Amino acid sequence: MTSVLLPLLGGILIGVSSVMLLVFNGRIAGISGILGGLLRPSGETPWRLAFLGGLLGMGALLFALQPGLFGTGPTLGSGPVLTVAAGLLVGFGTRLGNGCTSGHGICGMGRGSKRSIVATMTFMATAVLTVFVLRTLTVGAA
Amino acid sequence: MRALITAAVSGAVFSLGLALGGMTDPTKVQGFLDLTGDWDPSLAFVMGGGLGSFALLQRLLIRRRDRPVFAPAFPACPSSRLDRRLLGGSAMFGVGWGLGGFCPGPALTSVASGGSTVLLFTLSMVGGMVLFRGLEALRARAVAQAAEGAEALPAAES
Repeated sequence: MTSVLLPLLGGILIGVSSVMLLVFNGRIAGISGILGGLLRPSGETPWRLAFLGGLLGMGALLFALQPGLFGTGPTLGSGPVLTVAAGLLVGFGTRLGNGCTSGHGICGMGRGSKRSIVATMTFMATAVLTVFVLRTLTVGAA
Repeated sequence: MRALITAAVSGAVFSLGLALGGMTDPTKVQGFLDLTGDWDPSLAFVMGGGLGSFALLQRLLIRRRDRPVFAPAFPACPSSRLDRRLLGGSAMFGVGWGLGGFCPGPALTSVASGGSTVLLFTLSMVGGMVLFRGLEALRARAVAQAAEGAEALPAAES
């Protein structure tokens, strides 16, 4: 049962946090946009830093209390070359596509944006396809 | 100041939700994306719970307000125009997410764990964002030069 309840609780907390940022600050909780926006300092920089500070700080607190929540790496296709490729694709792709799982998948879809619905379907599809290919290759190699 | 506190609390609740939901475990994320293999559906509840609670609460709270508490206006909904940048960028992001098992929020939440994989991933992710900004600046300069050239051309002919 916890395999459903904890994810559901986690999801609700993410939704509550995103609504909170929208109601109080009038901003969209899109992590890639908040991080990428910091590369160009502006009047938006303080709230972005505050949000990321809260996010990183809670991450540190949780790691101290429950390190088991954090995985060390992916199961399929690990290794530094793939990790660098994955990071570059995520960083470049989310800026080009204007959002990630949070901005498009939660806030954008939650506001009924057609762009976000299409973006979410696109990245879910390529992510599933990537894992399919990785699994096929790693099983083939074993 | 109060706006910075609400932003920080929002960030903390966000990463609490990610970690409790299991998004900070890349093995679990790949299991969720492994539709044709040993599929682990639990992260569907994170996305479903997040989307459902956001959609419900924003209808209850935001539609009744003219403006945010600490800001002059709510952000406008983007146009519904689909373009190659949206599709291509999202497709790239999905490939990276599947390869690494991290999307941006969980990667940043996991930075304090100090794991070498997540640190390398996060640095590369910021590198990808810097690369995008650099290419955008080059593109903007090329467009500006082309516009200048187009203006200069008729003058040169006359």
